[in-house]
Amino acid sequence: MKTYAGKVRALAGISFTVETGTIFGLLGPNGAGKSTTVKILTTLSRPDSGSAEVAGIDVLQQPDQVRRLIGYVSQKPQFDPEATARENLHLQGRLYGVPHRELRSRSQALLDHFGLGKVASRQARGYSGGMQRKLDVALGLIHRPKVLFLDEPTTGLDPEARASMWSEISRLAADEDVTILLTTHYLDEADQLASQLAIIDHGRLVAQGSPNDLKSELRGDAIQVELTQAGVDDHVRTTLVRLGGVREIVVEGTTVRARVDHGASAVPGVLAALESAGVAVTSVTISRPSLDDVYLRYAGRPFGDDSHHQAQASATTEMEVPGE
Amino acid sequence: MSERSIQHNASAALVQAGNLTLREVRALMRQPFYIAVTLVQPMVWLLLFGQLFKRVVEIPGFGGGSYIGFMTPGIVVMTALFASAWTGMGLIDDMERGVMNRLLVSPTKRGAILTGKLAHIAVSLAVQALIVVLVGVALGARYDGGVIGVLMTIVAAVLLAIGFGSFSCTVALLVRQRESLIAVAQFFTLPLSFLSSALVAESVAPGWIRSVARFNPVDWAVSVSRGALSADPDWGDVLAHCGYLVIMAGVLAWLATRAFTAYRRSV
Ligand SMILES: Nc1ncnc2c1ncn2[C@@H]1O[C@H](COP(=O)(O)OP(=O)(O)OP(=O)(O)O)[C@@H](O)[C@H]1O
Ligand SMILES: [Mg+2]
Repeated sequence: MKTYAGKVRALAGISFTVETGTIFGLLGPNGAGKSTTVKILTTLSRPDSGSAEVAGIDVLQQPDQVRRLIGYVSQKPQFDPEATARENLHLQGRLYGVPHRELRSRSQALLDHFGLGKVASRQARGYSGGMQRKLDVALGLIHRPKVLFLDEPTTGLDPEARASMWSEISRLAADEDVTILLTTHYLDEADQLASQLAIIDHGRLVAQGSPNDLKSELRGDAIQVELTQAGVDDHVRTTLVRLGGVREIVVEGTTVRARVDHGASAVPGVLAALESAGVAVTSVTISRPSLDDVYLRYAGRPFGDDSHHQAQASATTEMEVPGE
Repeated sequence: MSERSIQHNASAALVQAGNLTLREVRALMRQPFYIAVTLVQPMVWLLLFGQLFKRVVEIPGFGGGSYIGFMTPGIVVMTALFASAWTGMGLIDDMERGVMNRLLVSPTKRGAILTGKLAHIAVSLAVQALIVVLVGVALGARYDGGVIGVLMTIVAAVLLAIGFGSFSCTVALLVRQRESLIAVAQFFTLPLSFLSSALVAESVAPGWIRSVARFNPVDWAVSVSRGALSADPDWGDVLAHCGYLVIMAGVLAWLATRAFTAYRRSV
């Protein structure tokens, strides 16, 4: 649990565990408490109550040990704009005690990898937003951390840079056994990278599981039927309700959306029912539930009641990463 | 903690402090205008105040002698005070740029972060002090204390700067806002200067100012410098005041490392 001065309760109850060498995605709307969670796990900020472990080390009891193991790329920029990219990386490496020669080659490798080689000797304040973001990520990697915290690492990157960042993140987890906690607003990013996800809202955990589990929990496929004419809403709705097995029917103009258990086998029945009811159809599409659907289900609706804020739950923030 | 890990920690902290100092020096080197003004400013003070207060030496009880010679310690110490008052500004810059959070999440010691901010002030102060002394000599002042006297002047200025710079950092970590830090710095610098014998001899100041000055670190630093530069230094007095300065600097520096906790609460 974390309360900021002025009684902003940022976290109310979150608990999760991440396995070594995997990528864990943290999703949630603006102000949900993702960055606050990351700040607590990186020893930057202290919770009011609760406990957290990183790589088996208690974050509150032994912050110094934790700091040596982790890398942190915060949501806000962290590079020194007055220094060059190379100076930034060298200083960061020296602070972590990376030996001179290794630091030299490691910096160069990161600069090349992130396409900063050409500007490495220019002051970072003159870099474009995306270049600055890449420098921030490089700063988090210079000392080869065992556990990496990435708070919206790909915000502001062009599509190509994002794709290359994705492959780098996957590679770190797969090849170097780095455990990664990733927050993002890009659901495709979470879907592609993370093996486990948590969705938080109002400082509490609202859903957790692998992307596939979360999607299949939604039960059923979405079907979308396009009609030739609008204005037959009620007629369409009663027809489909009578058919049975069709849920969450929404008719908007000439578009009908609904959810069925097995899209492929349900479609012929739907089409036949509509035809016999005299409604002409132009096209039909079936889609598996996407992570967007999952997200909207858990965090998408506006929370009218404020009871979430006041709920007094014993709250823990746990991140146990079994040490090797 | 074992002896070896303490040693290891200490050498890690030194490496960190050294590299953070280097960062500050590099940033300064990229600002030639800043360097120029820093070097010229103490000269201007010496010349300006020298003209302004030229005739105070004629006040009965002042003791006569050259005012430039008398004032040199005052100018060096005031330079130390005014320069160190802004130390916290660098921390606020770092907070706004996110650099502070990056340092706090790394194994960097808080003492090393402060050292980085204080060390380059110490270096530039040493250079400024030398310039003031040289200009003083050129204007005909005599410093009977010689090289030792000049060295003690630099030591006193640096100790004062460490103390007041640490105080400035503490304020920065607590208020976290430029305007508030500027207000606090200005609140202290001028009164501390004038409630001391920096510009005017103790003997001609009102009694209450003399009493207050006894507890004023600025006055301690001036006493060290003026004592050591005199023809026949009272070393007991000089070293005692040096001791006060060391204690003051130590306590304020320790407080500054504590203030990081308050900052962390706001992150
Ligand atoms: N330094 C701070 N001081 C006071 N309140 C804060 C501070 N940082 C965050 N908060 C509050 O805590 C809550 C959670 O913020 P947090 O930054 O963790 O959200 P987030 O999930 O990262 O959102 P976003 O997607 O916008 O980055 C918000 O209500 C925010 O206003
Ligand atoms: Mg955030």
